[in-house]
Formats: sequence, structure tokens, C-alpha cells
Amino acid sequence: MDIMQLVVSGLANGCVYGLIALGFVLIYKATEAVNFAQGDFMMLGAFITIWLVNAEYMGLNFWVAVPIAIVMMGIFGYLLDVLVVRRLFGQPQIAVVILTIAIGFVLRFAVGAIWTHEPQLLETPFAGGIANVGGIVLGYEEIAVIIVTLLLTGFLFLFFRRAKLGKAMQAASQNQLAAYYVGIPVKRIQSLVWALGGAVAAVAGILFASKGAIDPSTGLLGIKAFAAAVIGGFGSLPGALIGGLIIGMVEPFAAYALPAGYSQIAPYAIMLLVLIFRPAGLFAQMQNKKV
Amino acid sequence: MSATAVLQVENLEAYYGPIMAIRGVSLEVRQGQIVTILGANGAGKTTLLKTISGVMSAAKGTIHMNGQPIHRSEADAIVKQGLVHVPEGREIFPLLSVAENVEIGAYSRSDKGGIARDLEMVYSYFPILGERAKQAAGTLSGGQQQMLAIARGLMAAPKVMLLDEPSLGLSPILVEEIFVILKRLNEEQKVTMLLVEQNARVALEVADYGYVMELGGIVMSDEAVVLQNSKDIQAFYLGVREQTERGTRRWKQRKTWR
Ligand SMILES: Nc1ncnc2c1ncn2[C@@H]1O[C@H](COP(=O)(O)OP(=O)(O)OP(=O)(O)O)[C@@H](O)[C@H]1O
Ligand SMILES: [Mg+2]
Repeated sequence: MDIMQLVVSGLANGCVYGLIALGFVLIYKATEAVNFAQGDFMMLGAFITIWLVNAEYMGLNFWVAVPIAIVMMGIFGYLLDVLVVRRLFGQPQIAVVILTIAIGFVLRFAVGAIWTHEPQLLETPFAGGIANVGGIVLGYEEIAVIIVTLLLTGFLFLFFRRAKLGKAMQAASQNQLAAYYVGIPVKRIQSLVWALGGAVAAVAGILFASKGAIDPSTGLLGIKAFAAAVIGGFGSLPGALIGGLIIGMVEPFAAYALPAGYSQIAPYAIMLLVLIFRPAGLFAQMQNKKV
Repeated sequence: MSATAVLQVENLEAYYGPIMAIRGVSLEVRQGQIVTILGANGAGKTTLLKTISGVMSAAKGTIHMNGQPIHRSEADAIVKQGLVHVPEGREIFPLLSVAENVEIGAYSRSDKGGIARDLEMVYSYFPILGERAKQAAGTLSGGQQQMLAIARGLMAAPKVMLLDEPSLGLSPILVEEIFVILKRLNEEQKVTMLLVEQNARVALEVADYGYVMELGGIVMSDEAVVLQNSKDIQAFYLGVREQTERGTRRWKQRKTWR
């Protein structure tokens, strides 16, 4: 198999892992909760889009459906925080961990019950297209995944750098108490971060489902994305993306070089190596967090 | 309620779990005044300020600002009303730049012109922050971070500013410098201040009025000049050691307010 093709398909997978990892880190930094359902958010976003787009369901125009799905997932994230997660305020961390794991289960079964447990493919306008770039044959889906991830990353970068809301999110995650003192409505900001986490997961889900079949249990790959976030330092947004890309790139090569069964270990082996040799992750930020 | 009181606190009580940290505190701050609260470690000064600024909730009692009740409001609503809390211990945003820290102080405002004017004003009071504008705030020195916290508070265009131990951990020269600036802000920008201090000497120099706190309650209050001359204050907060005949220090004497 051609090396370049392995690289590109690895990159495309890595983008999806990276986006899920981004969701982990966004929510963790702003609220100190780890949303273990982030992979299932991705899966839910994919199924909502499939439901809106595919001919057997609603059959909406793809470009109309995508923003609707993203907004729906944003609202879902927001409401989940307001109605459920926030109630655990003041409880030990483990309570939130268990809660989000439970939410993941609920989503998996709910999606299966509402739609199907069978694998589904999102019907996209660019399905099956092939581009020949300098002798390398690339699927349109893979190109789309990489471009969209780049655009989303750029958008988030500008959002956190320039927008007042983005700055407030950063501020609330760096020093929550000080955020209260300057008049930032911290609780609302945290719910909005959950909304952002939902929206980013929706994008990841749309990308995933447009390049391969997805079923309700696909959300479990969130664990791989969690490893990606850890590799990136679990606090750094660029780190999360790069962690995702590293895992995405390693997978196809591991599958190529190692006997089946062993290759699946690769992402976690990398995570362990990073934890042993750079416990703060590859992209640890200078942190000065107050209690 | 006196007509000129900007901030009026009555019978305030606050708890940490079952522990009562504020025991029925009443105080008032009038327009244009600097009012100081003195008290030993653990007296409840920080807790009192947190309760006023809405970061902690009051169990009992009332807080009024310009006649409006604020004791049930959220912290962000209280900032919008014009009361800002400059916290103890330089609670800044370490990874944001100095300029971003200053600007985020205006989060509650949307009057672009006013914000631009106040930015200029703030940098004229704290030129060092302008010089360090691009630097990550976490890399500032302690004194610079204290200035940043005050500057950030000013950007909310406060009618009342709560300041929690701005002198904490600063060299005597820097303490003087910061207090000169506070006094100027009070006179030139008409910022009313409620100032918590351990450093009673500098606090009473700038203040008009003072309260003394102990064990969560107010035990004494008077004009700042009166407090300055009070034997107890001198003994317990100003470090004046009056020699008695047998050379024992005055602090062994019982405090008269007990
Ligand atoms: N988060 C908390 N949980 C429980 N008790 C607390 C908490 N914060 C403060 N206290 C207690 O409340 C009392 C008042 O504390 P506070 O911080 O208000 O004192 P302070 O007058 O500001 O002291 P200092 O001059 O040392 O800053 C102290 O006995 C303290 O131990
Ligand atoms: Mg204190």
C-alpha cells in the first residue's frame, strides 16, 4: 500500500480524534469536569445529521442540515450542563465522571432505539469523489475532513484570541474566582462551553460519518481521543489536536506493521510513554491555577 | 439609612458550612469616602468583602448600593451595578496578557468610548502595565500583579471599589506607591473605596473612617484620625510600643473593647 495514502487516511482519522479530544479539553479547562461522553456526543451529532440528510429519513439538503445539526448539538450541550451536570456542583470529581459515563451509555442506547443499531453512512454531496494530487489518489471525504478541521481550528483560534466571549471562556478556565470578580457570569459561560463542546462534537461526527459507517457504539472511540488529549497535555487545545493527529497517524502504520490485535494497543502505548516521560503532556502550558 | 451612603450593610451574616464567619456586621460607606476595615488574620475581612461582592451568599442581613438591594444578586450583576472587588492575593488571569487582563475588567460594560477613555486613564496611573502590555500576566512581579488587579478593577468603572489587602507582600516603598495611587484615584476619579488592610498605618493615613473587626464582628468604629490616636489601635495594629515602668509592653493589657 502506498505510504502517502496511509498518511492521508491516518491524518483524516486523526482529525476526528483531535476534534473529540478538543471537546474533552475545552470542557475540562472551563469546568474542571471531564466529559467521558464526548465520543458519544460525536456519535449523536453524526446520527442527527444522518437523520436530517439521508433519503430514508428526512432527506434535507446537506448544507441546510449541517448547520442545523451543529446548532442542535450546541443546544444539547448547553441544556445538559444546565439541567444535569450543574446539579452536581460541589460534589466530588468522581460523581461527574460517573455521570458522564452514564450519559454516554444512555446516548448509545437512545440512538439505537430511536434510529438503528446498524452501521449508517452519511449521504454527502462529495461521497465517492476522488482527486488525483500529484499521483496520490485521495478520496474527497478525506480531503474534506482535513480542510474542515483546519478551518474549525482556525475559527476556534480566532474566537479565543479575539472574541469577548472567547476571552471570557479562557479567563474563567484560568482563574474561576477572578472571573467572578470581574463580573463574568461564570455559570453561563460554562454552559456555553458545553454548547461549544457539543457543536465541535457534531462537526467531528459529521466528518466521521461522511468517510465511513457509524453505529451507536462508535462513540467508544472517545477513549482513543481521551488518550490523544492526554498526549497533548490535557489542557492545551493545540496539544489535543496534535495528540489526535499522532494517534491517527500511528494507527494505520501499526496495523500495517504489527500483527492484528497488537496494533490496537498502539494509541495507548503512546499515551503511557508520554505519561512516563512527559507526565504533563507534550504541550503542557505554564499553569498557575488557583484552588 | 443616610442619604449619602453608597454602600449600606446591615446585620450581615455568612457561613462556611456550619461555621459562622460573619456575625451580624453593619457598616456604611459614603460617597467619595475611603473606609477601611482593620483586623487580625482570620477576623473575617475577606469573607465580608466576598459576601458584599456576591461571590459568597449572605445567610442573613441586607446590602444596599445607592438604595438598591444587592444581597440577593449574582456577582456579575453586582459588578454591572458598579461594585467591583479587587481580591486578596493578586487573582489575575496568568496566561492572558497584561493588556487582556486589563481589558477583561471591562467585561460588564459595552460603552466603547468610555472603555477607551478608562484604558488610557488606567495606563496613566500604572505606566508599568503599559510597558508590559504584551507579557503574560503570570510573569509579572507580585507588586505588578497587585497593580494589575487594581487596574482591572478600575476598568469596570466602579462606583465602589472593595480592596482586599493591596499591601500584602509588597515592599514598604511599593506600599507607599500603591496607596498614593489609591488616594489619587479616590480624589481625581471619585472612586469610593472600602479598604481591608493589615497595614493599619497606611490604611488609616488614607482613610476617612475605619472599622475594626474581630471574630467575624465589628468591635470598634470611628473616624480614621480618632482610630489613629486610639491607644488600642496603636498597640495592636500600629505597633507602637509604649514602655511602662517595668518595661512590659502594652499589648499585655486587656483590649478595652472586649
Ligand atoms: N473556604 C473556607 N472554608 C472554611 N472556613 C473558611 C474558609 N475561608 C475562610 N474560612 C474561615 O473563616 C474565617 C475568616 O476568614 P477570612 O479569610 O475572612 O479572614 P481575613 O480576616 O480575611 O484574614 P486575613 O487577614 O488572614 O486575610 C477564618 O477563621 C477562616 O479560617
Ligand atoms: Mg483576608
